[in-house]
Amino acid sequence: MSLAVEFRSISKSFGLVEVLHGVSFALQPGRVVGLLGENGAGKSTLVKILSGYEQASEGDFTINGVAHRFANSREAEREGVVLIHQEFNLAEDLTIAQNIFLGHERLNGWLLDDRSMNAAALEAMQKVGLAASPETKVRKLIVAEKQLVEIAKAVSRNARLLVMDEPTATLTPTETERLFVLIAQLKAQGVSIIYISHKLDEVERVTDEVVVMRDGRFIARAPTCETTRQQMANLMVGRDVSDMYPPKELPPVAAPMLKVSGLTVPGWAYDVNFEVRPGEILGFAGLVGAGRTELFEGLLGLRPRSAGLIEIGGHAVDLRSPRQGVRQGLAYLSEDRKGKGLHVRLGLRENLTLLTLERYAHPLLDPRAERDALREKVDEFGIRTGDLNNRAASLSGGNQQKLALAKFLHADPKIIVLDEPTRGVDVGAKRDIYFLIQRLAREGRGVVVVSSELVELIGLCHRVVVMRAGRVQTTLTADQLTEEELIAHATGTH
Amino acid sequence: MPPAPTSAPVSGPSPGQTPGQSPAGASRLAQLVQQIGPLLGLVLLCIAGTVLNPDFATTDNILNVLTRTAFIGIIAVGMTFVIISGGIDLSVGSMAALIAGSMILLMNTISGSLGSPYLVVGIGIAFALLLGALFGLAHGLLITKGRIEPFIVTLGTLGIFRAYLTYFANGGAITLDNAVSDIYSPVYYGSVLGLPIPIWVLLLMAVAGGVVLNRTRYGRYVQAIGSNEQVARYAAVEVDRIKILTYVVLGLCVGVATVLYVPRLGSASPTTGLLWELEAIASVIVGGTALKGGEGKIAGTVIGAILLSVISNILNLTSIISVYLNAAVQGVVIIIVAFLQRSRR
Repeated sequence: MSLAVEFRSISKSFGLVEVLHGVSFALQPGRVVGLLGENGAGKSTLVKILSGYEQASEGDFTINGVAHRFANSREAEREGVVLIHQEFNLAEDLTIAQNIFLGHERLNGWLLDDRSMNAAALEAMQKVGLAASPETKVRKLIVAEKQLVEIAKAVSRNARLLVMDEPTATLTPTETERLFVLIAQLKAQGVSIIYISHKLDEVERVTDEVVVMRDGRFIARAPTCETTRQQMANLMVGRDVSDMYPPKELPPVAAPMLKVSGLTVPGWAYDVNFEVRPGEILGFAGLVGAGRTELFEGLLGLRPRSAGLIEIGGHAVDLRSPRQGVRQGLAYLSEDRKGKGLHVRLGLRENLTLLTLERYAHPLLDPRAERDALREKVDEFGIRTGDLNNRAASLSGGNQQKLALAKFLHADPKIIVLDEPTRGVDVGAKRDIYFLIQRLAREGRGVVVVSSELVELIGLCHRVVVMRAGRVQTTLTADQLTEEELIAHATGTH
Repeated sequence: MPPAPTSAPVSGPSPGQTPGQSPAGASRLAQLVQQIGPLLGLVLLCIAGTVLNPDFATTDNILNVLTRTAFIGIIAVGMTFVIISGGIDLSVGSMAALIAGSMILLMNTISGSLGSPYLVVGIGIAFALLLGALFGLAHGLLITKGRIEPFIVTLGTLGIFRAYLTYFANGGAITLDNAVSDIYSPVYYGSVLGLPIPIWVLLLMAVAGGVVLNRTRYGRYVQAIGSNEQVARYAAVEVDRIKILTYVVLGLCVGVATVLYVPRLGSASPTTGLLWELEAIASVIVGGTALKGGEGKIAGTVIGAILLSVISNILNLTSIISVYLNAAVQGVVIIIVAFLQRSRR
């Protein structure tokens, strides 16, 4: 049986900050509803309240006409409401099957019934298209596979209302396609789905209806087929955002700043050649697992390299650590913002100056100068924060990303590698980041953008290197850039 | 632009709120209690001590307590760096014992051939500091380059250090020659401006430790590594070098503590420094540093060390609770402090 949900004036405060202001709307059963809004609009908080991870400060919601307030996610799951988290909640050292049944273990007398759980897990994994043994430890999976485990977990709990928060942020096009098939199947079985995504093309494809939130309020709802992407974006941002990408400017003809020849990172990338010229934005496309991130981690000495010549400004360099990279004018911003990009538990100031502390040490650190720098960067990068003394964890995803960019750019690198610079970032912040990238190029820096969003590579880059299974398939120039062309090379079907 | 409502904080209310943001009164009070908790505890304990036995508040007794605190306090200052960086060192007690024994052996050996006993003591002190730094360096290298857990490495050296001391002492005690001992004893028993030397050294080390932790690049890097080692590595911090240095700093602190300890009894035995590691770690934790690293305060550590020795002093002076239960009372205090601070994360 399908579930119909109605939110009734839901408010939620964290301390003194109210993030939801009396949100009311109803969802019809058995439909796929796209929940749209910028980071900080309150989407995640709303669905966390619905699925028992948070409690509303005021108001409540009804499920099939019955008022509910779930004290925890278990109560919500009992009613068939399951949330697939944006961030993974997986026990890394347990197997896939153990994770899927965590808290719901099947027993055989007093003992765990591993055989039955593994079989059921395998079934759920096949539904979502995860090809692995259910006894594989989650630690060994790549990010996209972990996402699939989360989805399999929800599927195995017999969800009747499934909430997906950015489910495709880490998925490849193929995996995304399979997810859409699964969504269609679930819908046919009468499962209601709330689909949260910043990727408006996906929202357009899979949802029946969109609900837009902004600044903790309900803004609008409309049938998807009557709404254009442009209208969705405008509703989310609250103003017109037709020019997502800055116009491309031709880079000046000059010698390459970074030249990489025959680089091999064993297990990930083989015999990779590319070069970046001043003022150029070079894209790296490929499926998840194509070895793009690992290639650059190898370049920086974060992974062992077995061969290859790296030249910066015409001189061969031997990079063994990010420190040496920064000294040579090369900075790398990781795709993993919370794990490798920012110290979320530390303050904004400590994060900003970490790469450049020598500027603030005479020899004692000068917190005042650091604070001045922070104030300047908060303005320059448009970082929205209530208080400069906040921790990085208190910023929304887009603002964390801006802080991470500010941090790595503070070292004034000549060449900057941005790995998935707009992952999990809302439309407004995305646009800011695109314009920032173009400004960096215009300043004569070499910019490398690794991205899984083809549209973004097409909109930004002068040239795009396509990788597949650790090897460079081709390098496309601006006039050759189309989604079809990129996908064909990335999947080897060209 | 009005301050944007930050997105739903992942872990409830933002922990980084400052008083200026005027959080509700109750949470503000709770925050204050957390911040000055150890100091508050110490003050309350001192009031209790004074009420129970008027001798507690005498200058002599207080100086006595502080002097005894110096060994653990100095080691705990170094331990604070190690723990904030996300590491641990279980070997400090054994290390102190081995340094004490080796130092005495060296001084006894050279006192015959060297004319000036001052020179002998000077060489002995330099040797103790060097040995501490070397032990720390060995720990740091095994942990970073050898990629072994700090717990395991220092559990190993805990045994190794004490076994070698016992071996050198033939199971008994290594005793300092009288001639040297006479020259050396003022280092523990002497006073400058009315304060015993060990208290001065503790103060000096604590102030230096606080400045290094909060106002130097090294200190910032230590916090960054403890908070998230990967992020620090990607932000071009030389993680291995910084981590090695924390163990060297701790080794040096153990060396300093030993230099102060040796003139007190003039000997080292297999029971020297027994359980110091636990007292030092307890001081750091009571002082508000999280065992999992990332942040902490030197001042808190020193207060923690004083608090623990005040407890045993009060038990000694009063007869309400048996002295034999000293460790039990300290244990209860550690658990209470941990309880009060648990909501910080």
